[in-house]
Amino acid sequence: MSDWHIERGKIWEFARACLNSSDAYNKDDAVIPPTFPRTISFWTQPGRGETRGRERMDMRRVLHGEQEFEYVRPLRAGDVLTTESHVKEQYEKEGKRGGTMQFVVTETVFKDQAGEVVAYARGTTIQTGKPATS
Amino acid sequence: MKQGDTHEKVMIEKVDRAMFVRYAGASGDFNPIHWSEDFAKSAGYPTVFAQGMFTAGVLGTFLTDWVGEENVRRFRTRFVGQVWPDEAITCKAEVTSVGEGSAEVKLLVTNEKGEKKIDGDATVIL
Repeated sequence: MSDWHIERGKIWEFARACLNSSDAYNKDDAVIPPTFPRTISFWTQPGRGETRGRERMDMRRVLHGEQEFEYVRPLRAGDVLTTESHVKEQYEKEGKRGGTMQFVVTETVFKDQAGEVVAYARGTTIQTGKPATS
Repeated sequence: MKQGDTHEKVMIEKVDRAMFVRYAGASGDFNPIHWSEDFAKSAGYPTVFAQGMFTAGVLGTFLTDWVGEENVRRFRTRFVGQVWPDEAITCKAEVTSVGEGSAEVKLLVTNEKGEKKIDGDATVIL
């Protein structure tokens, strides 16, 4: 587990990148945008968060299939979260263009500074059988 | 908010690859397939395309503008098609059911030709 500090400036930067300029994201107790927890998987150490299970994937063949976030309460600047991730499901399907497609479904559980579960993130990563052809 | 209510908006008139670069910086998703023409072509794509989570984030903006930033309790997106530079992006929402204190909303992202990019759903509190 590693601490993830939700910072006001990062919320605003992320909101702007999602073409959002609402004042709700630019104040001391700013709430996070619905997809904000996705960033945790990119800012924590390799092997943490939702990158788990993807280490051996070829990035030219990796697609993001599906993503879901569920909130027990709104998360805000100042919250300090810890995460635990696990591979929920792993399976293969025959691809339409030939080759086997590998699916990895991971779930991350977020707890706040009081130790309460406050959010879940569930993502499906797909590795296609071969690189795309245009 | 009642069952059958709909909302629709053109969120991006013309997708610009600088949007992908900005989202990469903000999110930390630096997969070069979204900003390096050479890498995208080596993977067999005609050019770079948006991070799925960029488009999902824009859909999130569309939803929170409509229902309020504090009111989204669940947000699910399924990535159906890539979003390419120069496309126009429209978001649509429809209330599919209203329960006690919350509603279920169906979500859709399409380009100017009506091609589906994302479908999804959300739970919002009322």
